[in-house]
Amino acid sequence: MPVLVPTTLDEAVSAMAADPDAMVLAGGTDTMVEVNAGHRRPSCVVVVNRVSEMRSWTYDPVAATVRIGAAVTYAELLEPPLATLLPALAEASRTVGSPQIRHAGTLGGNLGTCSPAGDGLPVLSALDAVVPLASTAGERSMSVHDFMVGVKRTAREPGELITAVTVPVLSGWQGYAKVGVRNAMVIALATACVAVDTASASVRLAIGSVGPTILRCAQAEAFAASAVDFAASSASADAVRRFAELAAAASHPIDDHRASAAYRRHAIGVLASRLLRRAFPNE
Amino acid sequence: MSDQMSDDATASARVGWNEQYALHVNDEVREVRDAWVGESLLFVLRERLGLMGTKGACEQGECGSCSVMVDGELVCSCLVMAASAVGQRILTIEGIAPIGAPSDVQRAFVDAGAVQCGFCTPGLIMAAHDLLERSVQPSEIEIREELSGNVCRCTGYGRIIEAVQRVSVNRRAGAST
Repeated sequence: MPVLVPTTLDEAVSAMAADPDAMVLAGGTDTMVEVNAGHRRPSCVVVVNRVSEMRSWTYDPVAATVRIGAAVTYAELLEPPLATLLPALAEASRTVGSPQIRHAGTLGGNLGTCSPAGDGLPVLSALDAVVPLASTAGERSMSVHDFMVGVKRTAREPGELITAVTVPVLSGWQGYAKVGVRNAMVIALATACVAVDTASASVRLAIGSVGPTILRCAQAEAFAASAVDFAASSASADAVRRFAELAAAASHPIDDHRASAAYRRHAIGVLASRLLRRAFPNE
Repeated sequence: MSDQMSDDATASARVGWNEQYALHVNDEVREVRDAWVGESLLFVLRERLGLMGTKGACEQGECGSCSVMVDGELVCSCLVMAASAVGQRILTIEGIAPIGAPSDVQRAFVDAGAVQCGFCTPGLIMAAHDLLERSVQPSEIEIREELSGNVCRCTGYGRIIEAVQRVSVNRRAGAST
């Protein structure tokens, strides 16, 4: 089993072409758990966290997007200037694991694993992020909504690498909230991201850990857009309550060893109402 | 040696099946032979290189007992594939201070009674050193957050936090005299 540690994207893509089923290793925070337990014994490993193109990020103020390399870590996402451009992503990153995990874990790894509990994913969904994928055939890009196919299933083809995530910078309040058994080192039982775009007078709501992938709540979003006052940053108590009901109704949780479906559904309502109130603090 | 290491860090690497590879651990080049290259850094440190100070418990990044520094970042060595760390600077608890001459953090843990069974201590010392390198006067909240990835089942954390605060006070007192 060879372990390849490329430092350029060309080398990394060539390595994937040579063994399209190679295991892609970024921060290792998901993958090494499976390797240590003997659940995965890969034929080839391509290590991507020293690929310079994947370690960096760029802000395009004209397009109002940030292209974040797939190997950028949570520790980097939660510090300015990235945290200033994408505050909800910074909040989500701060809830990931512990300092040790945040130094290693990457946004690309979050996408590659595609767990419904992935902390970065509700933010990427709410912001309508785009995922570029590279192979020796070239680069293609797809919406994060199309990329996330199911529980730990993505649209990445064999031989492809997630090179980055392109995230729109919106012009309104955004935040992330999470419920788990403690504040640190916890896999989410329910998560929510609210992102306001004042330019288009829209409110986005994405929820996690309550379905096979991240869910967008179209009814709650449409209701909020009509019920809130963007100029006054206000929402009535009734509007916040209705938003929470619609969010909970959009969830499709299951009972498992971490929490019951009923608890998760209730938690989504609580998180959605808290986030909408923070976004629109005036009654 | 540091020049050699920075050269390695910018060069691509390939470690094949059962090929030997070298790791830079505590400012020494250590050969790893006859190893399955999927082994974690934790396993290689302990079982291949005989560095038993780094502890293994959960092997899934939950407990922090295996904390080491890789290229200046505090990480769980159980989640690092050892062969992927070729060319990177690895610092383990053995590299913090020579035996018999504990660091100020290690001394403070003893003085504050922050060590009971001791299993989590090496990981906590690594995390505390990392925190105190970056923050001269951490608040209690900051200490709790920075140590949140290190699980201790004996102490209840109170004396661990006190130990970190003692180092902070002593370092500032030392710097001002």
